[in-house]
Amino acid sequence: MLLIHCPYCDQDRPELEFAYAGEAHIARPADPSALTDEEWRDFLFIRSNPRGHHFERWRHINGCARFFNAVRETVSDRFLLTYKAGEPRPDLARLTGGTE
Amino acid sequence: MTSHRIPGRGRVDAGRPVRFTFDGKAYQGLAGDTLASALLANGVHLMGRSFKYHRPRGVVSAGSDEPNALVGTRRGPGRFEPNTRATVQELRDGLDATSQNRWPSLAFDIGAINDRLGSLFSAGFYYKTFMWPRAFWDRVYEPVIRNAAGLGVSPSEPDADRYAARFAHTDILIVGAGPAGLAAALAAGRSGASVMLVDENAEPGGSLLSEPAVVIDGKPAWDWLAATLAELGRLPNVTLMPRTTAIGYYHQNLLGLCQKVTDHLATAPEGAPRERLWKVRAGQVVLAQGALEKPLVFDGNDRPGVMLAGAAQTYLNRHGVKVGDRPAVVTAHDSAWHTAFDLAEAGIKPAAIVDLRPAVDAALVDRARSLGIEVLLGHTATGTQGRLRVKALRVNPLHDGRPGAARSIACDAVLMCGGWTPSLHLFSHTQGRLAWDEALQAYLPGQTNEVVHIAGAGRGLWGIAAVLADGAAAGARAARDAGRMADAQAHTVTADRTGTGVTLKELPTDRNPATAKAFIDFQNDVTAKDIRLAVREGMRSIEHVKRYTTNGMATDQGKMSNINGLMIAADALAKAPPQVGLTTFRPPYTPTTFGTFAGYHQGETFDVTRKTPIDPWAEAAGAVFEPVALWRRAWYFPQAGEDMHAAVARECRATRASLGIFDASTLGKIEVAGPDAVTFMERMYTNPWAKLGVGRCRYGLLLGEDGFIRDDGVIGRLAQDRFHVTTTTGGAARVLNMMEDYLQTEWPELKVWLTSTTEQWATIALNGPNARKLLEPVVEGLDLADAAFPHMAVAECTVAGFPARLFRVSFTGELGFEVNVPARHGRALWETLWQAGQQYGICTYGTETMHVLRAEKGYIIVGQDTDGTLTPDDAGLSWAIGKAKPDFVGKRSLARPDMVAKGRKQLVGLLTEDPKTVLQEGAQIVADPGQPKPMTMLGHVTSSYWSEALGRSIAMAVVVDGRDREGETLHIPMPDGTLKARVVASTVFYDPEGTRLRA
Repeated sequence: MLLIHCPYCDQDRPELEFAYAGEAHIARPADPSALTDEEWRDFLFIRSNPRGHHFERWRHINGCARFFNAVRETVSDRFLLTYKAGEPRPDLARLTGGTE
Repeated sequence: MTSHRIPGRGRVDAGRPVRFTFDGKAYQGLAGDTLASALLANGVHLMGRSFKYHRPRGVVSAGSDEPNALVGTRRGPGRFEPNTRATVQELRDGLDATSQNRWPSLAFDIGAINDRLGSLFSAGFYYKTFMWPRAFWDRVYEPVIRNAAGLGVSPSEPDADRYAARFAHTDILIVGAGPAGLAAALAAGRSGASVMLVDENAEPGGSLLSEPAVVIDGKPAWDWLAATLAELGRLPNVTLMPRTTAIGYYHQNLLGLCQKVTDHLATAPEGAPRERLWKVRAGQVVLAQGALEKPLVFDGNDRPGVMLAGAAQTYLNRHGVKVGDRPAVVTAHDSAWHTAFDLAEAGIKPAAIVDLRPAVDAALVDRARSLGIEVLLGHTATGTQGRLRVKALRVNPLHDGRPGAARSIACDAVLMCGGWTPSLHLFSHTQGRLAWDEALQAYLPGQTNEVVHIAGAGRGLWGIAAVLADGAAAGARAARDAGRMADAQAHTVTADRTGTGVTLKELPTDRNPATAKAFIDFQNDVTAKDIRLAVREGMRSIEHVKRYTTNGMATDQGKMSNINGLMIAADALAKAPPQVGLTTFRPPYTPTTFGTFAGYHQGETFDVTRKTPIDPWAEAAGAVFEPVALWRRAWYFPQAGEDMHAAVARECRATRASLGIFDASTLGKIEVAGPDAVTFMERMYTNPWAKLGVGRCRYGLLLGEDGFIRDDGVIGRLAQDRFHVTTTTGGAARVLNMMEDYLQTEWPELKVWLTSTTEQWATIALNGPNARKLLEPVVEGLDLADAAFPHMAVAECTVAGFPARLFRVSFTGELGFEVNVPARHGRALWETLWQAGQQYGICTYGTETMHVLRAEKGYIIVGQDTDGTLTPDDAGLSWAIGKAKPDFVGKRSLARPDMVAKGRKQLVGLLTEDPKTVLQEGAQIVADPGQPKPMTMLGHVTSSYWSEALGRSIAMAVVVDGRDREGETLHIPMPDGTLKARVVASTVFYDPEGTRLRA
């Protein structure tokens, strides 16, 4: 069971308090009707699913109930960073010391 | 005193005899015995039959790595456990143990014929033998395999025991209370850090319990152990937990521990849990798990009486039991020499010490000769004799690695040692990398991401002095890393037993290796030649070799077999062991009961049961309940002599004829409030909300972004900026989560607040022609006349003196109201309405009647009539879409090509040809019943009931292009014949004009 840092509560809490919510930084298009079928398909279904660093959403559902973002290494399950929803996507090179 | 006990030896209590039975025969052991040591004390070596060949087997080890001595243990009804390892089951008064995998008896087992047919059961025999003919699979192979599979017999009764679970946090968790773990606990404990020291055995001490001759800090080992435990006991920051196995090592230093609480007690205290699962989050972990002794691989190394030398030493020194009167020792490591010396000093002279190595430490040879033990260096073992007990060992001298002339050594036990392998299991659970140590010919722990210190024999050290120093250093390091001041204390050790050894593949032999039964994995009956065959047949990866041969796949997780299997596979592949690699160890470290994992989650505490405020009334009224999500809901209310069908028919009639009352409190409710509430509703739901007047309701339909129906419910507008949203009973949490997601992450600029109010309101539905008559006298502040309070109106008022939100809605097609009052008033209001309704013959109805009445009206249930692949149009709900709205969740998806294509399944009504036949929900629908199988399936029945109002059955179904099939006859093949039904495009079976609900 992972320990996850909630950026709103500013505490490390057990995974039991959280719910995973899919890949992060996929904003809902402002005007979906302007999208082609292919663009809309990509928005709905196409995800990066990397072996390595993954930007993803979590919700502190059994805590403050806020959605937030995280960078997690999918092989080791290690969290590099969690940050508040709406904050810009962090620079991965900076987080990993330029190894990626 | 039994014949194989040595008086004055061991830690057993000669003054406390313990009675037990094995295969129905009564025996006596001593307090401090394990089942295995007590059987050995009675001269019983034969304890089981092997899995595949049914070969007679004796105990091999003295610990949790035991592959052979698996027994069933019973303690009264509901308390039977198969595959208990006799080596870890503490003896208790009245212990009832039975051997396994034999018929009719342990000594004479019919299944042993497999041993003669061994060539049929070679590596991969499952894949080879049962391939053809196809027709044999169902009638011959499958039943035979099922019958033969498995080790013990599954329990046939529900488990009568309780199990517990706890969380814990500690600065330092030390796994293993042998010398390394104890030294670590001293160093860490003295620093003041909080320390948990756990050990799987009944008694802490580890190898010290088997090595009483070693002197530590001027004290004999057992005195030092007692003093150390006393000091740790005085430290309030140290918790010592025996009988506690660390079963798994998970992320960020979370370890799972299984603590055995009552299995060692003659009488379990009333209410005590049998086992307790601990989830421990540790700042630092010290793994001091020690090393596991490896068997030697030679023909007949599995005969009863052949065991690990270290096990014999444990039985001698810890239990005061001699495993034979004339044992022979075969070894590749110095440690077994000390076993021979201990035995000789206890008056049991070994027949010989056979060492594979051409030369060993001269001091060992001198000591052996001074004790009168024959020494055979540079010899190999090539066979054993004896049926139910070993009688002789066959040995050959080795010249340049080639066996010379054989000789037979008469013996009644063979004590083997193929060296020691560090216990890597928990470390491997962390996905830690292993490093091959060329000098030790062993894998050692390497890199890991966890905060862990490895100490002692677990990282390849040997000898008590080295292990104590390493443990103390690890304990001090962990304490310092935990922010404490700590120094590693020094220990002086004399009479230590240091030593070295070599790692081998199967032993050289002068006999045909193809007929040898040289076992690697005793529990799964895997031999050296199986591994070589797997390699010959093309397996290259050690993971493939493992699965093809089943080596290391038994309940002992390869504790004994892993390295031997690797050495042989590496030899067969002509590669170095690290190029072949090691198979993955996975939790749990030792077999763990389902009860431990289930913990409190069984019986009544398996899951939460949510009950409405009216639930006690329903229970008193004799309701039959059904689970709906986590709720229990009244299903129907049978009167004397009624079955479900009769009760539901009566409830339906009464409601349509006069008045029904229904507890709808489980409906999900969400309060959507704020200046932007209407904007939010416009974006979330398909329907238009901007023009919905205050005091009006609308049916709301919620889609996922993929365009499929997710939920529905009636939504009332209480004010310009406030909506009372209802959801399905099971969907409430999902819907709120989805709303919060959009509000927090997509539209954070909207000023809206979402509040779950499901449990704040009790909801009572009144339906039937007399519903208004019942309510009118008790409602204050509201005119209930149809003109003033029409269908789909909502208002705040008081009902029977309670503040209420009153909805005029109907899920039955009758004149209907739903009264919401604060939950604490729900029961009182229900009873008031129940009393007042007597004059109208008021009838309480349950969820089944609710389902029938709604189906008669064609109202869908999301999740029953929809399944996550239905669009609003598929479900006939296009009318619920706000066509003028620029966007809502899921709107764009409704225009995707596949969503508008022909051939989609659509919800339609089905009327059976025979009106008395009620279709089965879930039944598949075909157009042509004469078609050969597999038939083209057009859809399935989603809802089906007997309609009391129509005097016939009704059904809803999803059918490909269903609405174009109006009047078409479709077929529903069932096991006892094919049924016919006619498609009706409209699902509204009753009162299609809706005059009743507008009354």
